[in-house]
Amino acid sequence: MDVEGLYQRQVIERARAPVHAGPLEGAARRGEGTNPMCGDRVRVGVWLDADGRIGMVRHETRGCAICLASADMMAGLAAGRDRSGAVAMGRKFTTLLQTGQDGDALPDLMVFAPLHRHRSRIRCATLAWSALEAALTDGPADESRDG
Amino acid sequence: MDGSPVVMTDPIDALRDRRADFPILAETVHGRPLVFLDSAASAQKPVQVIEAMGDTMRTQYANIHRGLHWMSERTTEAYEAVRDQVAGLIGAPAREEVIFTRNSTEAINLVAYSFGSLLRPGQAVVISEMEHHANLVPWQMLRDRTGIELRVAPITDAGDLDLDALERLVADGRVALVAVTHMSNVLGTVTPARRIADIAHAAGARVLFDGSQFVVHRRVDVRAIDADFYTFTGHKLYGPTGIGVLWGRRELLEEMPPFMGGGDMISSVTFERSIWATVPHKFEAGTPAIIETIGLGAAIRYIEAVGYDAIAAHEAALVAYALPRLAEVPGLRVIGAPADRGGVISFTMDDVHPHDIATLLDRNGVAVRAGHHCAEPLMRRLGLSATARASFALYTTREEVDALTATLTQIRGFFA
Repeated sequence: MDVEGLYQRQVIERARAPVHAGPLEGAARRGEGTNPMCGDRVRVGVWLDADGRIGMVRHETRGCAICLASADMMAGLAAGRDRSGAVAMGRKFTTLLQTGQDGDALPDLMVFAPLHRHRSRIRCATLAWSALEAALTDGPADESRDG
Repeated sequence: MDGSPVVMTDPIDALRDRRADFPILAETVHGRPLVFLDSAASAQKPVQVIEAMGDTMRTQYANIHRGLHWMSERTTEAYEAVRDQVAGLIGAPAREEVIFTRNSTEAINLVAYSFGSLLRPGQAVVISEMEHHANLVPWQMLRDRTGIELRVAPITDAGDLDLDALERLVADGRVALVAVTHMSNVLGTVTPARRIADIAHAAGARVLFDGSQFVVHRRVDVRAIDADFYTFTGHKLYGPTGIGVLWGRRELLEEMPPFMGGGDMISSVTFERSIWATVPHKFEAGTPAIIETIGLGAAIRYIEAVGYDAIAAHEAALVAYALPRLAEVPGLRVIGAPADRGGVISFTMDDVHPHDIATLLDRNGVAVRAGHHCAEPLMRRLGLSATARASFALYTTREEVDALTATLTQIRGFFA
């Protein structure tokens, strides 16, 4: 039943039992990404350290297995980075999915690389990163914004 | 009775040979035979349609209605013959009441603009909770443009139109038009068109039916259901994209101003003013979709040759076969239980997202639709963000339903 590795066990299990999902109350910044094609929605809350780096990310996700797993892995990977580093990572991830190239720089996200051959599903995986970028770049403190 | 067995043709098997008319059904997807269960989005085309369009371009094509040469006259005849075919298909009293549009969406927009321009603040239009965005957004736009009221008739939990509520909604006599689907693209609900028309007319309202799904499966008679407007699209009816139909009562069409201005829709033009052509040409500005219209004509000929009796029996038998089979899939929930369901079945499966279902089905060659099906308000009414949808056409087989349910069972196991 596996789809050329698209639904790897890691994806299914992350979707079933996300470790970074939770309420966003108290987050310093928030962002939202929505996919009008399917109604999926990822809301992201970011807690910042004293030095401005990302301390913790939580998400509230309504979506498919790929969307959920991607949101949860995004939350784990963004923590500890500075803002521009996290945004750059999201953009690199989008490039990986769109071109199928430059994946070497993102070993933790290679599990999503097969999406390159399922173009209608790429947005499922990038939605959380869009929400994160909205939170970090133009999301005013403690206000959610549309992705 | 002489005790000999009664031989009855199975209505599903009765159309099996027709599959050979659809070349695309021989294709494979991801190395598997194509199981195409997304015909409600757009149906596949029989070779008769494909060839009619090709033959037009190869042997008999020119612009219509204005040429003085042989090719133009022949093409005009072929184009206008389709108007007669459509009138015959839907029981229209007059060919002039048949207007060619780009699709059903454009047909509804035409009515919303032209009939809508006759409405005044204080009047209202009623739609239902289960409308496709095509029969919702044009009315919102009209409301915002003219200050009319837009009212929404609720559906029951089973997915039927709540006729008592509809009666209450039109009771104040301010409703100018009731615009509802004749068959839901999400729930498969076939609405009781004649009763809806009677309710609307008793309150002094006109009635429009979006027949995009209905005409694929059953014969409509616009006089029998006492409709005022009826719309459908060619590409769901085994015809090409880019051609749709609006039927309207002549007296309404004559009263309505044009929708778009341009060539072919005028009888005379000066810089000071233009005089409109008579119906239907008043509503057909510019060079129409000539080749597509001829393709629609071939599709109607095909439908008539197969016969609506056989098509409707096939659909009913297939739905009756599919519902219990789907119920056997662990965790699967069919959405809605309308009193009369056409060949459209939406479902969810525990917490497996419809997009995951659709992608995994696709890898096994099974094409379904997943998402909100251009009916977001209905999704909210149902408390869902999305469903998966299997829809049937005259070429659908029992084995394809089996392939669907078997793969769904596998998917359920995969996510368990």
